[in-house]
Amino acid sequence: MLARRLIACLDVSHGQVVKGVNFDGLKDAGDPVALARRYNDEGIDELVVLDISATLEGRSAFIDTIAAIARELFIPLTAGGGIRSLADARAVIEAGADKVSVNTAALLDPPLISAIADTYGSQATVVAIDARMTPGGPESYEVVSRAGTSPAGRAPLEWAREAATFGAGEILLTSIDRDGTRQGFDCRLTAEVSDGVSMPVIASGGAGTYEHFADVFTRGRADAALAASVFHFQHHNVPGLKRWLSTRNIPMRLTGERC
Amino acid sequence: MTGADVTNVAILDYGAGNVTSVTKALRHLGAAPRIATNPHALAGADGIVVPGVGHFARTTAIDVAMRRALRRAVEAGTPLLGICLGLHWLFEGSTEAPDAAGLGIFQGRCSALHGSPGIKVPHVGWNEIEVTANGSRLLNGLDNRTYAYFCHSYAAECGDRTAGVTSHGGAFSAVVERDAVFGVQFHPEKSGAVGLHVLWNFLRVCDEAR
Repeated sequence: MLARRLIACLDVSHGQVVKGVNFDGLKDAGDPVALARRYNDEGIDELVVLDISATLEGRSAFIDTIAAIARELFIPLTAGGGIRSLADARAVIEAGADKVSVNTAALLDPPLISAIADTYGSQATVVAIDARMTPGGPESYEVVSRAGTSPAGRAPLEWAREAATFGAGEILLTSIDRDGTRQGFDCRLTAEVSDGVSMPVIASGGAGTYEHFADVFTRGRADAALAASVFHFQHHNVPGLKRWLSTRNIPMRLTGERC
Repeated sequence: MTGADVTNVAILDYGAGNVTSVTKALRHLGAAPRIATNPHALAGADGIVVPGVGHFARTTAIDVAMRRALRRAVEAGTPLLGICLGLHWLFEGSTEAPDAAGLGIFQGRCSALHGSPGIKVPHVGWNEIEVTANGSRLLNGLDNRTYAYFCHSYAAECGDRTAGVTSHGGAFSAVVERDAVFGVQFHPEKSGAVGLHVLWNFLRVCDEAR
């Protein structure tokens, strides 16, 4: 049975993990390669590495970071943040990323999705959607761009479906309302998009407790759940969370345990 | 640097594979991978890998001379491993691109996975492999129902060359094996320790064939 995935997200700037980490025994907590290695050892299913530097020097360091992680880790690796062109996508794929995530640039220029999908395949093309509840209308959601600051004037499901027609292979769906709150994923938003498209949907924003992960896989019908700080600070260790979820009948890839 | 004690592996580059990640994984295991874009580059290889992601039509970039050289290498006993789209191409063809011919080492054609509510296509993520062949050289030492990373929309049905089976809406060949020709639907270069184990097994087959 296809396992639901747990994905760790690393926000990096100029070669350093930004949100900071607090792993026991991790010598350089800001080193993305050390952190990635630790996650790999713990059985994380996938890594997403985001460039949040938004500078040219930062971009160059980011490419080096992707290459360094890809050199020694052999699990799926997605690179994103500031991908604005096919050339940007090429740079991270050639550095060793398996998938590239596009957000604002895809909203402004949807054929960019096709350009990446035609070159590297839909499986390598992730469209990141940031969504929030429409102010004044709690029954609906709207897409926001530019790191959650600018309403894009469209609904998440509608945009996800359009992205699929351009060749997107996966949706990374972030609830801006829940991001950083640890109040739980937005399961209604996630279910709405996941039920409405045929491709996998990764839920992001709001992870706080084990129950939150169970909820987003069941009520939210997410194919994968992404988190950053709850993993970094070891509020949850990945093997413990996976074992707990599997006791709740959520299929998980358990590693390091012989059948 | 290559030497008699290092396994030389030619990785076919036809513009549709993440050649980089396969190269990195093989190098990590101590092999000497090299990129092959023409038939001459296959000469002297201890083993050949055909990677691939994406649409079956992309395999039309593998020209007649390369196909001939690959068949000759297989006849000479050189181990061959097809990964994902590379596995599909070892069959006669795929309904994804009905006019494109595969290498035809394995009989049959690949066809689309069947999506349904709860069964998403493409099939992306970690899924279990049920080992169905006793004595599979590629799966030697792996636990039954171990997880590997998949990313595909088409697959080969199960047949007498199937060594491992995975289910996603229906059963398909996760691993095919005949003599020293192997195909894996999953991505061993992205399947963590399990994937490295599979590639390690392939390298040992290459060493034995030398």
